[in-house]
Amino acid sequence: MRIPCPCCGARGNEEFTYLGPAGLTRPAPDASEDAWHAYMHERENPAGMHRELWWHGQGCRAWIVVTRDVRTHRIEHAALARDPEAAR
Amino acid sequence: MTTVHGTAQPFRLAAGGLIDRTQLLSFTFDGRRLTGHAGDTLAAALLANGIHLVGRSFKLHRPRGVVSAGPEEPNALVELRTGARREPNTRATTAALFDGLAAASQNRWPSLRFDAMAVNGLFAPLFAAGFYYKTFMWPAAFWERVYEKLIRRAAGLGRAAEAPDPDHYEKAHLHCDVLIIGAGPAGLMAARAAARAGARTVLIEEDERLGGRALAEAMEIDGMPAARWVEAVEAELAAAPRCRILRRTAAYGLFDHGTVGAVERVADHLPEPPAHLPRQRAWRIVARRIVVAAGAIERPIVFAGNDRPGVMLAGAVRAYVHRYAVRPGRRAVVFTAGDDGWRTVSALAAADVDVVAVVDPRPDIPPALRAEAARAQAQVITGTVVGTVGRHRLAAVDWRDARGEVTRMQADLLAVSGGWNPSIHLACHLGARPRWDEAARGFLLDTPPAGVTLAGAAAGRGTLAAALADGLAAGVAAARDCGFSPVPADPPRAEDEPRDGIALFHVPGHGKAFVDLQNDVTADDIALAHREGYRSVEHLKRYTTLGMATDQGKTASVPGIAIMAELTGRGIEGTGTTTFRPPWTPVAIGALAGPHRGRDFRPTRRTPTHAWAAAHGASFVEVGPWLRAQWYTRRGETRWQETVAREVRAVREAVGVCDVSTLGKIEVVGPDAATFLDFVYANTISTLRAGRIRYGLMLREDGFVLDDGTVARLAEDRFFITTTTANAGRVMQHLEHAHQVLRPELDLAMLSVTDAWAQLSIAGPRSRELLAALLDPGTDIADGALPHMAATSGSVGGVPVRLYRLSFSGERAYEIGIPPDYGTALMERIMQVGERFGVTPYGTEALGVLRIEKGHPAGGELNGHTTAGDLGLARLVSTRKECIGGHMAKRPALADPDRPALVGLKPRDGRSDIRAGSHLLSPGAAETSDNGEGYVTSACVSPTLGHPIALALLRRGPARIGETVRVYDALRGGDTLAEVCAPVFVDPEGGRTRG
Repeated sequence: MRIPCPCCGARGNEEFTYLGPAGLTRPAPDASEDAWHAYMHERENPAGMHRELWWHGQGCRAWIVVTRDVRTHRIEHAALARDPEAAR
Repeated sequence: MTTVHGTAQPFRLAAGGLIDRTQLLSFTFDGRRLTGHAGDTLAAALLANGIHLVGRSFKLHRPRGVVSAGPEEPNALVELRTGARREPNTRATTAALFDGLAAASQNRWPSLRFDAMAVNGLFAPLFAAGFYYKTFMWPAAFWERVYEKLIRRAAGLGRAAEAPDPDHYEKAHLHCDVLIIGAGPAGLMAARAAARAGARTVLIEEDERLGGRALAEAMEIDGMPAARWVEAVEAELAAAPRCRILRRTAAYGLFDHGTVGAVERVADHLPEPPAHLPRQRAWRIVARRIVVAAGAIERPIVFAGNDRPGVMLAGAVRAYVHRYAVRPGRRAVVFTAGDDGWRTVSALAAADVDVVAVVDPRPDIPPALRAEAARAQAQVITGTVVGTVGRHRLAAVDWRDARGEVTRMQADLLAVSGGWNPSIHLACHLGARPRWDEAARGFLLDTPPAGVTLAGAAAGRGTLAAALADGLAAGVAAARDCGFSPVPADPPRAEDEPRDGIALFHVPGHGKAFVDLQNDVTADDIALAHREGYRSVEHLKRYTTLGMATDQGKTASVPGIAIMAELTGRGIEGTGTTTFRPPWTPVAIGALAGPHRGRDFRPTRRTPTHAWAAAHGASFVEVGPWLRAQWYTRRGETRWQETVAREVRAVREAVGVCDVSTLGKIEVVGPDAATFLDFVYANTISTLRAGRIRYGLMLREDGFVLDDGTVARLAEDRFFITTTTANAGRVMQHLEHAHQVLRPELDLAMLSVTDAWAQLSIAGPRSRELLAALLDPGTDIADGALPHMAATSGSVGGVPVRLYRLSFSGERAYEIGIPPDYGTALMERIMQVGERFGVTPYGTEALGVLRIEKGHPAGGELNGHTTAGDLGLARLVSTRKECIGGHMAKRPALADPDRPALVGLKPRDGRSDIRAGSHLLSPGAAETSDNGEGYVTSACVSPTLGHPIALALLRRGPARIGETVRVYDALRGGDTLAEVCAPVFVDPEGGRTRG
């Protein structure tokens, strides 16, 4: 795969590390057990578009939110995770 | 060139071909000395010498010959070269001939002509479909001892070399606008169109020559022989500034987003690669548009005895005549289901081969073809071939007419054509499913992946004029898609050859009719699989092994599917194909590994003082990606334990120096840096004063310990933190995630500075004296100014340094950071200045012993399974602030007082070794995992105490000080009793550290 890094342009996926879904909201420290359990362990497994976090560790070290169709690997969008628009 | 004289190559035509007759090459086949010419493949040279028997089949050991003239070859697999360069299962049809080549046939014993294993043919029923599953099932114990050995001896391919590969391999990357795979007429036109439009164009071709089928047929393009036209286009492409041609380069896989894997056989056509060249080069080519002009592969017809040497594909026969000037036989029969095969008649006639007959099942043959046969005095037979005769070579062909009458005629060559299969494989690698097209009599791909176009024969447009026009259109479109403006052009003048025909896959009859020649799968095997209930084409493949050999069924798949379709009555469209996956062609693992093998598997990181350490007797040990000095052996020391004990004593009694540059170092800078560090460390950092250092413990979000290190506050908004050597990369990733994803609103930046500082630790009671002598005047290092856990700066010989007073060893100690180019100079200066204090360099082993004596957790304890509480650090975890892992660390299981926690161990007898990894049991308990109470994480012999000590994680450990546990090591045979004690063995009050 080629991942379009917003800083570096399209780069081979071997430069990146995959983490998991993007857009999870970290619960408050005093949130319920259930909220923490969901944040830590519960994951969607969609057959289609997926927003996910990749780290460009062999490049600019940016965390990137990639919107990818997991059936075709077509990448619709990539944005910096620190950009509030992308993080939502 | 070797000069060989005599009547070599009796089947070489006197003229013609694209070989270089001025270069005579000598080679051997099974030890027999033969000659060929430059431009030959091994197969062409063997045929020129009249050698048709080149191997024995995989299971049944049947004699086999050359079938094709290209990469689809299922039969003619040979071993090339000898010794360490011996390479098995190489296709003779793609192996370029070179002077001195040693080739050998495979899978025969004692010789190719007399093969004892041919008795397998008598036991053929044993080797029917699914034989692996049926014959060798019982008793189970026999599998390894008897059956496997039996099968390996009886069935198999070539022998791998037994010595390490002496050649080297490369990996390379290429980026372009338009990539064209295949340099036949369509590919050349596409490349020319893209290059003329100004696109960055890459043309790759598996063969050593461009031209594809144009080299194999007697055709004209633009009024000149096709091969001349190819040369003209090649010259234009070679001169084009933005076009690159890669010959001998096969695309083996098409991957996502325009990425193609290709392997270039850089030096396979040479006896040995020149010193400056790799044997092969693995390319990763990234293209904006890809034109797959991979051509088509001729389809054999399945009939009894179709595997006899002398039975060849008709297109291959023409290739041997036209390209290699080889006469592939004396008396030939052509068996074809379409017009295309008829072209073989004139080709053979021109090569002085006696064409006795053309067998075609179609009743209505076009008059033009009939006239051609008449000119060659070939009989035209309406019928099918139903059998062959011969031992090591075809001797006669049996054909059957419409009335069912069988006639035999003498022939030593049978050219077979069942039509052409478009080479859609690469375009299907991303999961696109092809469709059977009745009109094209082949599988076509209507919807290739985004950015990929099929052109020419690969798209089912394989006649010459159509392929040229299609390639041109594909090249123009690809260049336009990339934003270029191609100049309109007409395709070159050429004619379309007649291509009518019928779909004929299988002629029923008596005797073995092979579908997959390489895996010895017959039409009967498919029928058997069908009777046994295998309907899905994917199950058929796996049960019969059809298409699973090294050729991946390039010639076998479609006939196999067709036979299955006939049996099920579902038609070919309803049957479908198996999935096409990379690699399209066999790729050596060496090529994929490239230079990354042995010591070069990954980069080796050396410390700034590596060369100095090597010159001073150091042995090195791998720590993560690093090589670190493990100990410095002195003259007279015979055991490493002796050396380590001396180094430990030097630190405890005088002063030692150790390179600690490998620790991960990160600078965190910004107004919110302190807030951020409070979030990522379990303990509080923000209360640290500038110029002071604090121990820091990081948790993972799940509550377990991630890493530990030190945090030095250099200024209000600037922190310098260290990580363990092993976790440096992981911690950096973790911190970037915590900032960019979890706390993007915090204003700070961080940078890895691991490589920006050489860091040397000076440890021991005399370290301050040494430091005072080392530093330039002006830095106050009195304990009042620089107490334990404080930081300052200074200079050594005018070079600025940072000073951190911190200790891993438990002694008074300082770390000095200096720009890495000065690392060796600093080490030399320390040794020189420190001589009078008895300074001693020490390695990682002594470092480990010193920290075990002090009970500091390290790799063995920070193992991903331990909590802060397990390590006796529970009081560090701040409950007054939020931190990563803070919530999950409170989970009941993680806070359970019953968890194994850190303790020290001393052998009860004062001398028995305790080994890391040993299990802890209550004395008297049985040695079962249920009775396990913990395990030893680190162990050493303490030179300071004079007996073995260990750190361990023991259930309720801190409450069991003074108790006895059994230390049990089933793996290495250790069993001793130990006393549980506090994990700090030396100076528990820490007075020595503070000085």
